[in-house]
Amino acid sequence: MDPNDVLVKAETLRNSLSSGFRDEIVKSLYSEAEKIARRAVKTAQEKKYDLDQKIDRLVTSPLTGLPLMLILLGIIIWLTVSGANVVSEAIANVLFGIGGWGRALFNQIGIPWWITGFLWDGVYLGLAWVVSVMLPPMAIFFPAFTFLEDLGYLPRVAFNLDWLFKKAGAHGKQSLTMAMGFGCNAAGVVATRVIDSPRERLIAILTNNFVPCNGRFPTLIMLATVFVASAFPPALTSFAAAGAVVGVVLIGVAFTFLMSWLLSRTVLKGEASAFTLELPPYRRPNVTRILYTSIIDRTIFVLWRAMQTAAPAGAVIWILANIHIGDSNLARLIADWLNPVGLLLGLDGVILLAYIIAIPANEIVVPTMMMVYMGAGMMIDAPATSAGIYNLLVVQNGWTMLTAVNLMLFALLHNPCATTIITIYKETKSYKWAAVSVLITLGTAFIVTFLTASFARLMGWA
Amino acid sequence: MTKTNTKITLPTENCETCPAFYTLEQMGFKIGNFDRVVALAGNPNTGKSTLFNALTGLKQHTGNWPGKTVTRAEGGYQFNGVRYKLVDLPGTYSLLSASQDEEVARDFILFGQPDCTIVVTDATALERNLNLVMQVMEITDRVVVALNLMDEARRKGLEVDARSLSRDLGVPAVPISARTGEGIHTLLATVADVINGDIKTKPLRVEGTPEFQKAVRELVPMIEQLAPGVPNARWLAIRLLDGDAKVQQALLSGELAQRVARQKQADVQFSRKMSVEGRQ
Repeated sequence: MDPNDVLVKAETLRNSLSSGFRDEIVKSLYSEAEKIARRAVKTAQEKKYDLDQKIDRLVTSPLTGLPLMLILLGIIIWLTVSGANVVSEAIANVLFGIGGWGRALFNQIGIPWWITGFLWDGVYLGLAWVVSVMLPPMAIFFPAFTFLEDLGYLPRVAFNLDWLFKKAGAHGKQSLTMAMGFGCNAAGVVATRVIDSPRERLIAILTNNFVPCNGRFPTLIMLATVFVASAFPPALTSFAAAGAVVGVVLIGVAFTFLMSWLLSRTVLKGEASAFTLELPPYRRPNVTRILYTSIIDRTIFVLWRAMQTAAPAGAVIWILANIHIGDSNLARLIADWLNPVGLLLGLDGVILLAYIIAIPANEIVVPTMMMVYMGAGMMIDAPATSAGIYNLLVVQNGWTMLTAVNLMLFALLHNPCATTIITIYKETKSYKWAAVSVLITLGTAFIVTFLTASFARLMGWA
Repeated sequence: MTKTNTKITLPTENCETCPAFYTLEQMGFKIGNFDRVVALAGNPNTGKSTLFNALTGLKQHTGNWPGKTVTRAEGGYQFNGVRYKLVDLPGTYSLLSASQDEEVARDFILFGQPDCTIVVTDATALERNLNLVMQVMEITDRVVVALNLMDEARRKGLEVDARSLSRDLGVPAVPISARTGEGIHTLLATVADVINGDIKTKPLRVEGTPEFQKAVRELVPMIEQLAPGVPNARWLAIRLLDGDAKVQQALLSGELAQRVARQKQADVQFSRKMSVEGRQ
């Protein structure tokens, strides 16, 4: 039998049926469900008021919903900033101490300088940097985020932001996938499967990278702590740093809306589709599960991934720094060559080189950057404290506030990491869209940093 | 012989119905060999993943927001010596529209032909949850309804009568609380009974108008001829009458027949394995 015959037959039969036959069936399905449910469920006593509803009235109100959200985000980031700083320094001291000890040991037993250098100044240093910079903020941020997730707060965020997404011509569920993006952009891209319409799903995929993932948070936090906060009196530093990070997050959200709006007006034209969003009841979070999820699934997972890319990155930097050409080395030559572009963007050549080396996982960009400065002979010792980092970057390498601000913007907006790009390809099954996702983000990053740099210079601030 | 003769007491009839008799072994990812396949369907955020973790001992990420699971997760458990593969499907409100998560759920229930499908429902919002239960029952007979979040329902002052529900739906409904483990043994015993045929299900189905029924009856033999051994020609006929593009596509491209053939092959292998291992 030819499949076409069956389809034709189905078509004729469908036309022979009274219009709206399907509606009838759906209607009777629903009324049947209603009847059965009414028979099975008895409300024992009418509760006068429901605590959930009271909280929801506050959390999802147009007046208090958004401010509450910002306050929560602010608290989480402040906890992360103020808690991570101390621990980071302690870890850095221990790890760099071990590095110095290992190097000394290798020298003592007569191992060739290039093996010692490659292992201890390359691979090990890369790992030590990543662990000390990334582990503490993650160990604080992830449990806090998972707590809100377990509590049932995320759908309320989606509810609060729905109207904005609608205005941008995107799907309201995009706020859920965006929230997932704070955890991991690759996970956020996979989460877009909850969006039915292919057009809106593509918008959600292409703009997911504008929210900083947990891998990029440590970069932002470190920059905010070292540079932005240093412009404030000591008592206010942690608040200033947290405020700066919240500001960057908001800029990311703003770009999500802006880009969604642009896409839905140009290449992905269409109207936002309606959907139902269920606000689940608040549930008492399960502490052991939160700890398991946030420490094992998230912290260790992200850290392991970062370490896997940091070790080879450290090796590459060491090799680049130790191939001497004339009285310079390869790392320095490349950095010098990239410098004009870097300066145009308010950054410098070393930062761009670090970004290129860190493409596999751009959360390691700050450690990479430090190592390139050192490898290129622009920095002598690995600084362990934030004051040390500040001194070395500002005093020795001429960083300004513009450098720090633009680096934060660049970290927020630039291309997705390799994993996310591969995930986008897998989800869209199209090289074109994967390439578009890179071009959009990289393009935005270049334009925005170029504009802020030019503006700051025009105003004589930098 | 010096061997002491210790008398082994075999469980009696009465003992068998006692929950303590049953043994549940969480098998995690060790699902290379399994005897039965059980699917977990349900609305978003009803606790499917929590139940999945409780049964398999795995740590699938759970979170209190709808749409968390978008792919299917697989794990295993052993209950009374029978090994089950458990498939956690994405949470969906219906099986009718065409978003990817709904498609994953629907395709698995239809083509994966699980031996039993547990529809996890939120006891605090039963009416809305029943829509999906009825849609699943359109596709398969072997359904067990898990009335989850019973603790929350009680907190809200709701009393859910599982017996009335079972009677009306024609499939067993078991009150559970996946978070505390309450009712899980009964649920697994019920699933086993449905698979063995000790519990006969008779799912409630919406019949539609007489003309509609006639149209369905005309299409069913044609579909069966096109894809011999197709699991549920009636449901496919309804989808075709509805103009479901995905089903039309599957029919035209021959994908439907292929999937049926693949499934049959798996069935043959399965029964061969069973006969070798001496299981029923």
